[in-house]
Amino acid sequence: MKNPVTAIRLPLRPGREYESRFDREQSTLKMLAIPIASVVMASMITTLPIYAPLPILPPFGFLMFLAWRLMRPGLLPVWSGVPFGLTDDIFSGQPFGSAGLLWSLAMLTIEIIDSRAIWRDHIQDWLIAALLTIATLLGGLWITAMAHAASHPSILLPQIILSILLYPLVVRICARLDSWRLAT
Amino acid sequence: MAPPPHRRPGFSRKAQYGLFATYVIAIAGTVVAALLLIISVADPTGFAALRTVGAEITAPIARFFNNIRRSSNEIGSNMSAYLDAASKNAALTKEVAASRTKLIEARALKVENARLRGILKLKEEMSEQIAVGRIISSTASSTRRVATLSIGTNYGVERAQPVRGPAGLIGRVIETGPTTARILLITDAENFVPVMRVKDGLPAFSAGLGNGLVVIKPLNLGESPFKVGDIIVTSGNGGLYQPNIPFARVIRKTNDGALARPLADPSNSPYAVVMRAYQAEARKAQQAVAPDGMVKEVTE
Repeated sequence: MKNPVTAIRLPLRPGREYESRFDREQSTLKMLAIPIASVVMASMITTLPIYAPLPILPPFGFLMFLAWRLMRPGLLPVWSGVPFGLTDDIFSGQPFGSAGLLWSLAMLTIEIIDSRAIWRDHIQDWLIAALLTIATLLGGLWITAMAHAASHPSILLPQIILSILLYPLVVRICARLDSWRLAT
Repeated sequence: MAPPPHRRPGFSRKAQYGLFATYVIAIAGTVVAALLLIISVADPTGFAALRTVGAEITAPIARFFNNIRRSSNEIGSNMSAYLDAASKNAALTKEVAASRTKLIEARALKVENARLRGILKLKEEMSEQIAVGRIISSTASSTRRVATLSIGTNYGVERAQPVRGPAGLIGRVIETGPTTARILLITDAENFVPVMRVKDGLPAFSAGLGNGLVVIKPLNLGESPFKVGDIIVTSGNGGLYQPNIPFARVIRKTNDGALARPLADPSNSPYAVVMRAYQAEARKAQQAVAPDGMVKEVTE
Protein backbone atom coordinates (compact mmCIF):
# COMPACT_ATOMS: atom_id res chain seq x y z
CA MET A 1 0.00 0.00 0.00
CA LYS A 2 1.29 3.46 -0.87
CA ASN A 3 1.71 6.17 1.73
CA PRO A 4 -0.72 9.08 1.15
CA VAL A 5 0.93 12.40 0.25
CA THR A 6 0.38 14.63 3.26
CA ALA A 7 2.66 17.51 2.40
CA ILE A 8 4.52 18.62 -0.66
CA ARG A 9 8.14 19.21 0.12
CA LEU A 10 10.67 20.89 -2.08
CA PRO A 11 13.55 18.48 -2.63
CA LEU A 12 16.09 20.97 -1.29
CA ARG A 13 18.36 18.67 0.60
CA PRO A 14 17.35 15.12 -0.20
CA GLY A 15 18.09 12.62 2.48
CA ARG A 16 18.97 15.24 5.03
CA GLU A 17 16.47 13.80 7.51
CA TYR A 18 18.25 10.48 7.53
CA GLU A 19 21.66 11.94 8.37
CA SER A 20 23.03 11.89 11.86
CA ARG A 21 21.65 14.72 13.96
CA PHE A 22 24.74 15.18 16.07
CA ASP A 23 28.45 15.51 15.49
CA ARG A 24 27.86 17.34 12.24
CA GLU A 25 30.67 19.52 10.88
CA GLN A 26 30.10 23.06 9.68
CA SER A 27 30.95 23.67 6.08
CA THR A 28 34.43 25.23 5.97
CA LEU A 29 33.54 27.07 2.78
CA LYS A 30 30.53 28.67 4.44
CA MET A 31 32.53 29.57 7.54
CA LEU A 32 35.15 31.38 5.47
CA ALA A 33 33.03 32.77 2.67
CA ILE A 34 30.23 34.42 4.64
CA PRO A 35 32.31 37.05 6.50
CA ILE A 36 34.37 37.84 3.41
CA ALA A 37 31.40 37.97 1.04
CA SER A 38 29.28 40.05 3.43
CA VAL A 39 31.96 42.74 3.82
CA VAL A 40 32.70 42.86 0.07
CA MET A 41 29.01 43.00 -0.83
CA ALA A 42 28.43 45.74 1.73
CA SER A 43 31.26 47.69 0.05
CA MET A 44 29.57 47.19 -3.31
CA ILE A 45 26.32 48.85 -2.15
CA THR A 46 27.61 52.14 -3.62
CA THR A 47 27.30 50.69 -7.13
CA LEU A 48 23.51 50.39 -6.75
CA PRO A 49 21.58 53.26 -8.33
CA ILE A 50 21.53 55.43 -5.20
CA TYR A 51 21.99 59.12 -5.90
CA ALA A 52 22.72 61.60 -3.18
CA PRO A 53 23.58 65.28 -3.56
CA LEU A 54 25.87 64.99 -0.55
CA PRO A 55 27.70 61.97 0.88
CA ILE A 56 24.90 60.52 3.00
CA LEU A 57 25.16 56.78 2.41
CA PRO A 58 26.92 55.23 5.42
CA PRO A 59 30.12 53.29 4.63
CA PHE A 60 28.37 49.93 4.92
CA GLY A 61 31.49 47.97 4.05
CA PHE A 62 33.36 49.52 6.95
CA LEU A 63 30.42 49.06 9.35
CA MET A 64 30.11 45.39 8.38
CA PHE A 65 33.86 44.93 8.79
CA LEU A 66 33.76 46.55 12.25
CA ALA A 67 30.74 44.47 13.24
CA TRP A 68 32.51 41.22 12.38
CA ARG A 69 35.66 42.32 14.16
CA LEU A 70 33.92 43.51 17.33
CA MET A 71 31.35 40.71 17.46
CA ARG A 72 33.75 37.86 16.73
CA PRO A 73 37.22 38.88 17.91
CA GLY A 74 39.84 36.62 16.43
CA LEU A 75 37.84 35.70 13.36
CA LEU A 76 39.37 38.28 11.04
CA PRO A 77 43.17 38.38 11.18
CA VAL A 78 44.86 41.66 12.12
CA TRP A 79 46.03 42.26 8.57
CA SER A 80 42.58 41.80 7.01
CA GLY A 81 41.95 45.57 7.01
CA VAL A 82 44.30 45.97 4.04
CA PRO A 83 42.66 43.56 1.53
CA PHE A 84 39.10 44.52 2.57
CA GLY A 85 39.97 48.21 2.43
CA LEU A 86 41.57 47.96 -1.00
CA THR A 87 38.45 46.16 -2.26
CA ASP A 88 36.32 48.96 -0.86
CA ASP A 89 38.51 51.54 -2.64
CA ILE A 90 37.60 50.03 -6.00
CA PHE A 91 33.94 50.88 -5.47
CA SER A 92 33.94 53.90 -3.16
CA GLY A 93 35.43 56.57 -5.44
CA GLN A 94 38.08 57.52 -2.89
CA PRO A 95 41.75 57.59 -3.98
CA PHE A 96 43.00 54.00 -4.22
CA GLY A 97 44.66 52.94 -0.96
CA SER A 98 42.71 55.30 1.28
CA ALA A 99 40.41 52.68 2.83
CA GLY A 100 43.27 50.16 2.76
CA LEU A 101 45.22 52.41 5.09
CA LEU A 102 42.33 53.62 7.25
CA TRP A 103 40.70 50.21 7.77
CA SER A 104 44.05 48.70 8.68
CA LEU A 105 44.69 51.47 11.20
CA ALA A 106 41.20 50.89 12.62
CA MET A 107 42.00 47.18 12.95
CA LEU A 108 45.25 47.93 14.80
CA THR A 109 43.41 50.41 17.06
CA ILE A 110 40.85 47.76 18.02
CA GLU A 111 43.70 45.37 18.69
CA ILE A 112 45.23 47.89 21.11
CA ILE A 113 41.84 48.49 22.78
CA ASP A 114 41.39 44.72 23.10
CA SER A 115 44.70 44.42 24.92
CA ARG A 116 43.64 47.11 27.43
CA ALA A 117 39.98 46.41 28.09
CA ILE A 118 39.21 42.79 28.79
CA TRP A 119 35.42 42.72 29.20
CA ARG A 120 33.20 44.58 26.81
CA ASP A 121 29.50 44.86 26.12
CA HIS A 122 27.48 45.96 23.12
CA ILE A 123 27.34 49.64 24.19
CA GLN A 124 31.12 49.80 24.43
CA ASP A 125 31.43 48.13 21.02
CA TRP A 126 29.02 50.70 19.63
CA LEU A 127 31.09 53.53 21.14
CA ILE A 128 34.30 52.10 19.66
CA ALA A 129 32.61 51.68 16.26
CA ALA A 130 31.24 55.23 16.43
CA LEU A 131 34.63 56.76 17.19
CA LEU A 132 36.35 54.69 14.50
CA THR A 133 33.67 55.60 11.93
CA ILE A 134 34.09 59.30 12.67
CA ALA A 135 37.87 58.98 12.43
CA THR A 136 37.69 57.01 9.19
CA LEU A 137 35.25 59.38 7.48
CA LEU A 138 37.27 62.44 8.49
CA GLY A 139 40.46 60.66 7.45
CA GLY A 140 38.88 59.82 4.09
CA LEU A 141 37.99 63.47 3.56
CA TRP A 142 41.51 64.51 4.55
CA ILE A 143 43.01 62.03 2.08
CA THR A 144 40.65 63.24 -0.66
CA ALA A 145 41.78 66.78 0.14
CA MET A 146 45.38 65.78 -0.52
CA ALA A 147 44.59 64.42 -3.97
CA HIS A 148 41.77 66.71 -5.05
CA ALA A 149 39.99 69.86 -3.97
CA ALA A 150 37.72 68.84 -1.11
CA SER A 151 34.65 70.15 0.62
CA HIS A 152 34.20 71.45 4.14
CA PRO A 153 34.20 68.70 6.83
CA SER A 154 30.74 69.77 8.00
CA ILE A 155 29.14 68.04 5.01
CA LEU A 156 30.12 64.73 6.63
CA LEU A 157 27.86 65.35 9.64
CA PRO A 158 24.68 63.67 8.30
CA GLN A 159 26.67 60.67 7.13
CA ILE A 160 28.41 60.33 10.51
CA ILE A 161 25.11 60.47 12.43
CA LEU A 162 23.44 58.00 10.08
CA SER A 163 26.39 55.60 10.28
CA ILE A 164 26.42 55.63 14.08
CA LEU A 165 22.67 55.06 14.26
CA LEU A 166 22.79 52.23 11.72
CA TYR A 167 25.63 50.35 13.39
CA PRO A 168 23.35 48.25 15.67
CA LEU A 169 21.35 47.17 12.61
CA VAL A 170 24.54 46.08 10.89
CA VAL A 171 25.49 44.11 14.01
CA ARG A 172 22.09 42.38 13.90
CA ILE A 173 22.61 41.43 10.24
CA CYS A 174 26.09 40.26 11.12
CA ALA A 175 24.78 38.14 14.01
CA ARG A 176 22.18 36.50 11.75
CA LEU A 177 24.87 35.75 9.19
CA ASP A 178 27.04 34.37 11.96
CA SER A 179 24.41 31.94 13.18
CA TRP A 180 23.87 30.82 9.57
CA ARG A 181 27.64 30.51 9.16
CA LEU A 182 28.01 28.27 12.19
CA ALA A 183 24.85 26.24 11.62
CA THR A 184 25.50 22.60 10.83
CA MET B 1 31.94 39.35 25.92
CA ALA B 2 35.58 38.72 26.63
CA PRO B 3 37.99 38.52 23.74
CA PRO B 4 39.48 35.08 23.18
CA PRO B 5 42.88 34.67 24.85
CA HIS B 6 44.74 34.59 21.56
CA ARG B 7 47.17 37.14 22.91
CA ARG B 8 49.09 34.49 24.87
CA PRO B 9 48.90 31.35 22.80
CA GLY B 10 50.56 29.19 25.44
CA PHE B 11 54.05 27.77 25.36
CA SER B 12 53.95 26.63 21.76
CA ARG B 13 56.72 28.43 19.86
CA LYS B 14 54.90 27.85 16.60
CA ALA B 15 51.75 29.57 17.86
CA GLN B 16 53.77 32.46 19.30
CA TYR B 17 55.64 33.01 16.04
CA GLY B 18 52.36 32.72 14.11
CA LEU B 19 50.79 35.46 16.22
CA PHE B 20 53.88 37.63 15.83
CA ALA B 21 53.76 37.09 12.06
CA THR B 22 50.17 38.37 11.82
CA TYR B 23 51.25 41.63 13.46
CA VAL B 24 54.21 41.93 11.13
CA ILE B 25 51.95 41.31 8.12
CA ALA B 26 49.40 43.82 9.44
CA ILE B 27 51.96 46.60 9.81
CA ALA B 28 53.62 45.77 6.49
CA GLY B 29 50.17 45.80 4.83
CA THR B 30 49.42 49.19 6.33
CA VAL B 31 52.68 50.55 4.94
CA VAL B 32 51.91 49.06 1.52
CA ALA B 33 48.44 50.65 1.58
CA ALA B 34 50.03 53.99 2.50
CA LEU B 35 52.45 53.65 -0.43
CA LEU B 36 49.59 52.83 -2.80
CA LEU B 37 47.79 55.88 -1.47
CA ILE B 38 50.81 58.10 -2.10
CA ILE B 39 50.98 56.77 -5.67
CA SER B 40 47.29 57.41 -6.26
CA VAL B 41 47.51 60.90 -4.76
CA ALA B 42 50.46 61.72 -7.01
CA ASP B 43 48.76 60.24 -10.08
CA PRO B 44 44.97 60.18 -9.62
CA THR B 45 44.41 58.32 -12.89
CA GLY B 46 46.90 55.59 -11.98
CA PHE B 47 44.44 53.04 -10.64
CA ALA B 48 41.69 53.95 -13.10
CA ALA B 49 41.94 50.49 -14.66
CA LEU B 50 41.04 48.81 -11.34
CA ARG B 51 38.08 51.08 -10.78
CA THR B 52 36.94 50.52 -14.35
CA VAL B 53 37.01 46.76 -13.82
CA GLY B 54 34.96 47.22 -10.64
CA ALA B 55 32.43 49.39 -12.44
CA GLU B 56 32.20 46.99 -15.39
CA ILE B 57 31.57 44.02 -13.09
CA THR B 58 28.82 45.73 -11.13
CA ALA B 59 27.27 47.62 -14.06
CA PRO B 60 24.75 44.86 -15.00
CA ILE B 61 23.36 44.84 -11.45
CA ALA B 62 23.22 48.63 -11.39
CA ARG B 63 21.47 48.70 -14.78
CA PHE B 64 18.94 46.12 -13.62
CA PHE B 65 18.04 48.02 -10.44
CA ASN B 66 18.04 51.30 -12.33
CA ASN B 67 15.42 49.94 -14.74
CA ILE B 68 13.25 48.76 -11.84
CA ARG B 69 13.60 52.12 -10.15
CA ARG B 70 12.69 54.00 -13.32
CA SER B 71 9.66 51.87 -14.11
CA SER B 72 8.35 52.17 -10.55
CA ASN B 73 8.82 55.94 -10.77
CA GLU B 74 6.82 55.94 -13.99
CA ILE B 75 3.98 53.98 -12.41
CA GLY B 76 3.81 56.54 -9.63
CA SER B 77 3.76 59.53 -11.97
CA ASN B 78 1.21 57.87 -14.27
CA MET B 79 -1.14 57.30 -11.37
CA SER B 80 -0.81 60.84 -10.08
CA ALA B 81 -1.37 62.13 -13.62
CA TYR B 82 -4.76 60.39 -13.69
CA LEU B 83 -5.78 61.94 -10.40
CA ASP B 84 -5.44 65.57 -11.44
CA ALA B 85 -6.01 65.20 -15.18
CA ALA B 86 -8.76 67.82 -15.51
CA SER B 87 -7.01 70.70 -13.74
CA LYS B 88 -3.75 69.85 -15.45
CA ASN B 89 -5.49 69.88 -18.85
CA ALA B 90 -6.85 73.37 -18.24
CA ALA B 91 -3.46 74.65 -17.07
CA LEU B 92 -1.67 73.11 -20.04
CA THR B 93 -4.13 74.59 -22.55
CA LYS B 94 -3.48 78.02 -21.10
CA GLU B 95 0.27 77.40 -21.22
CA VAL B 96 0.20 76.28 -24.86
CA ALA B 97 -1.64 79.45 -25.88
CA ALA B 98 0.88 81.57 -24.03
CA SER B 99 3.93 79.82 -25.44
CA ARG B 100 2.73 79.75 -29.05
CA THR B 101 3.59 83.41 -29.61
CA LYS B 102 6.93 82.90 -27.89
CA LEU B 103 7.64 79.96 -30.18
CA ILE B 104 6.99 82.04 -33.29
CA GLU B 105 9.31 84.75 -32.00
CA ALA B 106 11.95 82.14 -31.27
CA ARG B 107 11.72 80.75 -34.79
CA ALA B 108 12.20 84.21 -36.21
CA LEU B 109 15.21 84.72 -33.98
CA LYS B 110 16.67 81.42 -35.10
CA VAL B 111 16.42 82.43 -38.73
CA GLU B 112 17.95 85.79 -37.96
CA ASN B 113 20.72 84.14 -35.97
CA ALA B 114 21.57 81.83 -38.87
CA ARG B 115 21.63 84.79 -41.25
CA LEU B 116 23.94 86.80 -38.95
CA ARG B 117 26.22 83.80 -38.53
CA GLY B 118 26.36 83.53 -42.29
CA ILE B 119 27.35 87.18 -42.57
CA LEU B 120 30.04 86.81 -39.89
CA LYS B 121 31.20 83.52 -41.50
CA LEU B 122 31.08 81.74 -38.14
CA LYS B 123 31.46 78.04 -38.68
CA GLU B 124 28.91 75.89 -36.88
CA GLU B 125 30.62 73.30 -34.73
CA MET B 126 30.16 69.72 -35.81
CA SER B 127 27.19 67.93 -34.31
CA GLU B 128 27.58 68.31 -30.57
CA GLN B 129 26.15 65.04 -29.46
CA ILE B 130 28.24 61.87 -29.26
CA ALA B 131 26.08 59.37 -27.44
CA VAL B 132 23.14 59.13 -25.09
CA GLY B 133 23.29 57.04 -21.94
CA ARG B 134 21.96 56.86 -18.44
CA ILE B 135 23.49 57.52 -15.06
CA ILE B 136 23.41 54.20 -13.26
CA SER B 137 25.10 54.89 -9.94
CA SER B 138 26.97 57.46 -7.92
CA THR B 139 29.53 57.46 -5.12
CA ALA B 140 26.95 58.12 -2.43
CA SER B 141 29.25 57.34 0.50
CA SER B 142 32.38 59.21 -0.59
CA THR B 143 32.97 62.94 -0.44
CA ARG B 144 33.85 62.83 -4.12
CA ARG B 145 30.87 63.38 -6.37
CA VAL B 146 31.42 60.89 -9.15
CA ALA B 147 28.68 59.10 -11.11
CA THR B 148 28.78 56.10 -13.42
CA LEU B 149 27.37 56.37 -16.94
CA SER B 150 25.88 53.34 -18.70
CA ILE B 151 27.94 53.80 -21.89
CA GLY B 152 31.68 53.86 -22.48
CA THR B 153 34.21 53.66 -25.26
CA ASN B 154 31.83 51.34 -27.16
CA TYR B 155 29.83 54.49 -27.98
CA GLY B 156 32.84 56.71 -28.50
CA VAL B 157 32.89 58.28 -25.05
CA GLU B 158 36.30 59.74 -24.22
CA ARG B 159 37.86 61.60 -21.34
CA ALA B 160 37.17 65.31 -20.87
CA GLN B 161 33.86 65.32 -22.69
CA PRO B 162 31.00 67.28 -21.15
CA VAL B 163 27.84 65.44 -20.13
CA ARG B 164 24.44 67.10 -19.94
CA GLY B 165 20.92 66.07 -19.14
CA PRO B 166 17.67 67.51 -20.51
CA ALA B 167 17.63 70.13 -17.73
CA GLY B 168 21.26 71.20 -17.78
CA LEU B 169 24.93 70.36 -17.36
CA ILE B 170 25.72 67.26 -15.27
CA GLY B 171 29.50 67.04 -15.38
CA ARG B 172 32.38 65.75 -17.44
CA VAL B 173 33.89 62.37 -18.20
CA ILE B 174 37.03 61.53 -16.20
CA GLU B 175 37.49 57.79 -16.76
CA THR B 176 36.20 55.48 -19.45
CA GLY B 177 35.76 51.74 -19.59
CA PRO B 178 34.47 49.48 -22.36
CA THR B 179 30.80 49.87 -21.40
CA THR B 180 30.88 52.38 -18.55
CA ALA B 181 32.31 55.82 -17.92
CA ARG B 182 32.80 57.84 -14.76
CA ILE B 183 31.58 61.41 -14.60
CA LEU B 184 32.86 64.11 -12.28
CA LEU B 185 29.65 65.91 -11.32
CA ILE B 186 29.52 69.71 -11.30
CA THR B 187 28.87 69.57 -7.55
CA ASP B 188 32.32 68.04 -6.89
CA ALA B 189 34.64 70.49 -5.18
CA GLU B 190 37.17 69.98 -7.95
CA ASN B 191 34.96 70.74 -10.91
CA PHE B 192 35.39 74.34 -12.04
CA VAL B 193 33.08 75.51 -14.82
CA PRO B 194 33.26 78.85 -16.62
CA VAL B 195 29.73 80.27 -16.50
CA MET B 196 27.85 83.50 -17.06
CA ARG B 197 24.62 85.07 -15.94
CA VAL B 198 22.11 84.52 -18.69
CA LYS B 199 20.53 87.98 -18.74
CA ASP B 200 23.67 90.10 -19.12
CA GLY B 201 26.51 87.64 -19.75
CA LEU B 202 28.30 88.53 -16.49
CA PRO B 203 31.32 86.14 -16.53
CA ALA B 204 31.86 83.96 -13.49
CA PHE B 205 33.29 80.67 -12.28
CA SER B 206 31.44 77.86 -10.61
CA ALA B 207 32.92 75.42 -8.10
CA GLY B 208 31.12 72.55 -6.42
CA LEU B 209 30.62 72.44 -2.69
CA GLY B 210 30.10 68.69 -2.42
CA ASN B 211 26.67 69.08 -0.81
CA GLY B 212 24.55 69.39 -3.95
CA LEU B 213 25.15 73.12 -4.40
CA VAL B 214 27.69 75.12 -6.37
CA VAL B 215 29.28 78.44 -5.51
CA ILE B 216 29.33 81.07 -8.27
CA LYS B 217 32.16 83.60 -8.15
CA PRO B 218 32.18 86.53 -10.55
CA LEU B 219 35.45 87.41 -12.29
CA ASN B 220 35.24 91.09 -11.35
CA LEU B 221 35.90 92.14 -7.78
CA GLY B 222 33.57 93.99 -5.48
CA GLU B 223 30.19 93.34 -4.06
CA SER B 224 28.30 90.31 -5.31
CA PRO B 225 26.15 91.36 -8.26
CA PHE B 226 23.88 88.31 -8.11
CA LYS B 227 20.25 88.20 -7.10
CA VAL B 228 18.25 85.24 -5.90
CA GLY B 229 16.65 83.59 -8.91
CA ASP B 230 19.36 84.52 -11.43
CA ILE B 231 19.82 81.81 -14.05
CA ILE B 232 23.41 80.78 -14.74
CA VAL B 233 24.49 79.11 -18.01
CA THR B 234 27.86 77.90 -19.22
CA SER B 235 29.85 80.56 -21.07
CA GLY B 236 32.05 78.31 -23.22
CA ASN B 237 35.17 80.23 -22.18
CA GLY B 238 38.32 78.20 -22.65
CA GLY B 239 36.60 75.42 -24.52
CA LEU B 240 35.43 72.06 -23.12
CA TYR B 241 31.86 73.09 -22.22
CA GLN B 242 29.58 74.33 -24.98
CA PRO B 243 28.20 77.81 -24.29
CA ASN B 244 24.60 78.31 -23.16
CA ILE B 245 24.06 74.97 -21.47
CA PRO B 246 21.66 75.63 -18.59
CA PHE B 247 23.67 75.36 -15.40
CA ALA B 248 22.22 76.57 -12.12
CA ARG B 249 19.82 78.90 -10.36
CA VAL B 250 21.00 81.28 -7.64
CA ILE B 251 19.38 80.52 -4.29
CA ARG B 252 21.41 82.73 -1.96
CA LYS B 253 23.70 85.70 -2.27
CA THR B 254 27.00 85.66 -0.40
CA ASN B 255 29.65 88.34 0.17
CA ASP B 256 31.75 87.57 -2.86
CA GLY B 257 29.42 85.53 -5.02
CA ALA B 258 26.36 83.36 -4.77
CA LEU B 259 25.20 79.90 -3.88
CA ALA B 260 23.33 78.17 -6.67
CA ARG B 261 21.47 74.92 -7.14
CA PRO B 262 22.28 73.03 -10.35
CA LEU B 263 19.35 72.77 -12.74
CA ALA B 264 20.16 69.19 -13.71
CA ASP B 265 19.37 66.61 -11.07
CA PRO B 266 21.40 63.51 -12.01
CA SER B 267 19.06 61.30 -9.98
CA ASN B 268 16.02 62.28 -12.03
CA SER B 269 17.56 62.79 -15.46
CA PRO B 270 15.92 60.30 -17.83
CA TYR B 271 19.06 60.35 -19.97
CA ALA B 272 22.51 61.90 -20.10
CA VAL B 273 23.99 63.21 -23.34
CA VAL B 274 27.73 62.98 -23.86
CA MET B 275 28.81 65.97 -25.94
CA ARG B 276 31.81 66.75 -28.03
CA ALA B 277 34.35 68.90 -26.17
CA TYR B 278 33.82 72.50 -27.24
CA GLN B 279 36.59 73.89 -29.44
CA ALA B 280 38.51 70.65 -29.06
CA GLU B 281 40.26 71.10 -32.40
CA ALA B 282 41.36 74.63 -31.63
CA ARG B 283 42.65 73.41 -28.29
CA LYS B 284 44.52 70.55 -29.96
CA ALA B 285 46.11 72.89 -32.46
CA GLN B 286 47.18 75.21 -29.67
CA GLN B 287 48.62 72.31 -27.71
CA ALA B 288 50.61 71.20 -30.74
CA VAL B 289 52.27 74.61 -30.94
CA ALA B 290 52.61 75.44 -27.26
CA PRO B 291 51.96 72.57 -24.88
CA ASP B 292 51.02 73.32 -21.30
CA GLY B 293 54.49 72.37 -20.14
CA MET B 294 54.54 70.08 -17.17
CA VAL B 295 50.84 70.62 -16.49
CA LYS B 296 48.70 67.85 -17.89
CA GLU B 297 45.98 68.84 -20.28
CA VAL B 298 43.14 67.68 -18.04
CA THR B 299 43.96 67.24 -14.40
CA GLU B 300 41.56 65.50 -12.13
